[in-house]
Amino acid sequence: MHPRRDAMFAGCVAIAPILIGVFPFGVIAGVAAVEAGLETIQAIAVSPIVFAGAAQLAAMDLIGQDAAPVVIVLTALVINSRMAMYSAALAPGFRGLGAVRTAVGAYLLTDQAFVVSIRRSTTSGGDLDVRFAYYLGAAISLWIVWQVATVIGVVVGNGVPPEWSLDFAVPLVFVALLFPALKDRGTRIAAAVAAVAASSFTGIPLHLGLLAAATLGITVGVAAERGR
Amino acid sequence: MTAYSPTLIWVLIGVIGLGTWLIRVSFLAFLGRVERVPDWGTRILRLIPAAVLAAIAAPALTHATGSFDLLTGRFAAGVVAALVAWKTGNVIATLTAGMGALWLAQALV
Repeated sequence: MHPRRDAMFAGCVAIAPILIGVFPFGVIAGVAAVEAGLETIQAIAVSPIVFAGAAQLAAMDLIGQDAAPVVIVLTALVINSRMAMYSAALAPGFRGLGAVRTAVGAYLLTDQAFVVSIRRSTTSGGDLDVRFAYYLGAAISLWIVWQVATVIGVVVGNGVPPEWSLDFAVPLVFVALLFPALKDRGTRIAAAVAAVAASSFTGIPLHLGLLAAATLGITVGVAAERGR
Repeated sequence: MTAYSPTLIWVLIGVIGLGTWLIRVSFLAFLGRVERVPDWGTRILRLIPAAVLAAIAAPALTHATGSFDLLTGRFAAGVVAALVAWKTGNVIATLTAGMGALWLAQALV
């Protein structure tokens, strides 16, 4: 009997179908880093250092346009702020992990690892080590796929001629991620307002229009949900 | 292509990486002191992905030439991709449809 090893393997199996969709996303993240003008070593280093797809893509997009550094950092962190929710939701089930495993577990936290692990980590009782092993199995699988995919993207991005317009894959990935995020009236209103506002605010310097549009969308979305 | 120096880009990557880790570790590390995200926080956080993704994607499609223009291959391809994303929710299908539509538009014009 190897309960920890079995749980780790079960975590890998549980996240496997999701990884098929993560792979092309990772390739585009690698392409985006090259398109933005990063050196090869930097383009590869972004993935292990940041390890957050949408934020990486947004940051690369903004770096490529020479947006203000503050806007680049804020945009990436605002996109990742949702992870505070995951952190809070996982915390009760992972109480007592210790500093090192908490630090490593946090580093590996993604939308996908969260979705796969949340039920197991909070509802099933049992051994903390086994629950954490399951989480690690899922989270590390995604980490490996993400690193491999972005390296491939960096290689591809360096080799593909500009006529292929591969840079267009970046907004396409945002479109692909946007629609699953439109879960109800509030999210749809927030997205619609933010989209119209962002296209209207392109004259605002330093790409501050992006953050202004997102803030407006969120504000209107919250107000619309309150009004019901 | 960026005009920023490699050093500045390293700093940006490092700050984003550190900030992201702090967000991830937040409640995992400090549970007990802060028991959970307050309701107003949850209401805001859950709208952020939709709003930010829309705000990034929209100008790339409506301002493909640098100024507002909806008669571009990129806007048309974006609409095609949006329909596919809406109907399938599939990243690969969305990328394939969007890139295919753009290449078709470029071949025709």
